[in-house]
Amino acid sequence: MADDDEIILSELDDEDLVAQMFDDLYDGLKEEIEEGVNILIERGWAPYDVLTKALVGGMTIVGNDFRDGILFVPEVLLAANAMKGGMAILKPLLIETGAPRVGKMVIGTVKGDIHDIGKNLVSMMMEGAGFEVVDLGINNAVESYMEALEAEGPDILGMSALLTTTMPYMKVVIDTLKEKGIRDDYIVLVGGAPLNEEFGKAIGADAYCRDAAVAVETAKTFVARKHNQGATA
Amino acid sequence: MTLDDQSLTQSGLAATGKGSVLLLACGALAHEILALKRANNWTHLDLQCLPAILHNHPEQITPRVEQAIEKHRKDYETIFVVYADCGTGGHLQAACDRLGVRMIEGPHCYSFFEGNAAFAERNEITAFYLTDFLVKQFDAFVWRPLGLDRHPELRNMYFGNYTKLVYQSQTDDPALTDLARSHADRLGLAFEHRRTGYGDLEKALARLGPSLG
Repeated sequence: MADDDEIILSELDDEDLVAQMFDDLYDGLKEEIEEGVNILIERGWAPYDVLTKALVGGMTIVGNDFRDGILFVPEVLLAANAMKGGMAILKPLLIETGAPRVGKMVIGTVKGDIHDIGKNLVSMMMEGAGFEVVDLGINNAVESYMEALEAEGPDILGMSALLTTTMPYMKVVIDTLKEKGIRDDYIVLVGGAPLNEEFGKAIGADAYCRDAAVAVETAKTFVARKHNQGATA
Repeated sequence: MTLDDQSLTQSGLAATGKGSVLLLACGALAHEILALKRANNWTHLDLQCLPAILHNHPEQITPRVEQAIEKHRKDYETIFVVYADCGTGGHLQAACDRLGVRMIEGPHCYSFFEGNAAFAERNEITAFYLTDFLVKQFDAFVWRPLGLDRHPELRNMYFGNYTKLVYQSQTDDPALTDLARSHADRLGLAFEHRRTGYGDLEKALARLGPSLG
């Protein structure tokens, strides 16, 4: 027997559906998010609007509650997994329809470190914010970063580490950029559980990003500043 | 005195007040330190443990250790900190230096149990380590805090890049080995058993002879 309180997503108007998708994202309900995305697309929503208004909007609430200690890592991962389901539907459509591109980022976990949960969250939220993301994965030596920077020509280099034993490697990468005389060609953002602002400054990064939401805002700010500098140069 | 793992995890262990050297340690090392103390008749050593669960909150370790040093230093000739760096990013070492207290060397207990030099030599970045204590307290330290009791589907997001679980045993207990193997199965990882014994822990404590106390 059907539950009397069961919500039929297709029967909700757009506003209520988006609000429900925020709730479903918060609860990590992947199938419901996929269904909601498909409904909005069928109703003629632009894929970019579905991404920003329904998914990123919902994920921002998740990010804020994580920051405030209301949600914890498992819940954030479930929400991210649900968002990933929605993104998988939207990605090909975004390519077809075109979407504003804010900038480009190369991101990877540093050498000796295999942890990628935070990095993957940042990649997803950056994509959601309109950045093109080239994800180098885990355990990246300095050569891997340098090759990707040369091949991709990004605005931003992102580095992640979970271990106190691997985070100093970020400085090796930044020092190599300096030696090659290309440090100022890139915005360097760093993140990971054991890092802090002081560490970011000490190794010569442009900014330390506490979480994925901060990474997105910081990236937007720096890219806008970079573009402005370009316009006035 | 009972020494149950649940208490060591959540509350730690109070010092007895006997001895000239206070070992200020992680609760996860209590069994091993007390076993060494008994085996070597190190009556000059007293043991105070902070809750082992701080292992999951490394940012809390340094202030808690500092607080404990300040509280106990008047009662002992020497304090020795039995925490490795343990994810404090050098902050614990800096605090110990500032307070004039020595601590055991190494990045974490997995390293000093195996021997810091040998551990560094292996450079195993895809290994997940458990000691005797962590095998017994696996649910409290790993399974529940990661939400795997409620959402086992998250397992590969956490452990997908690991290849094996290494059980570093301090004692020889077939039941613990079986339990460790079952944890590896739950995490979807290959299993390896290494009988490390006490490694550099024993050597470090042996250097705290009564004459130094």
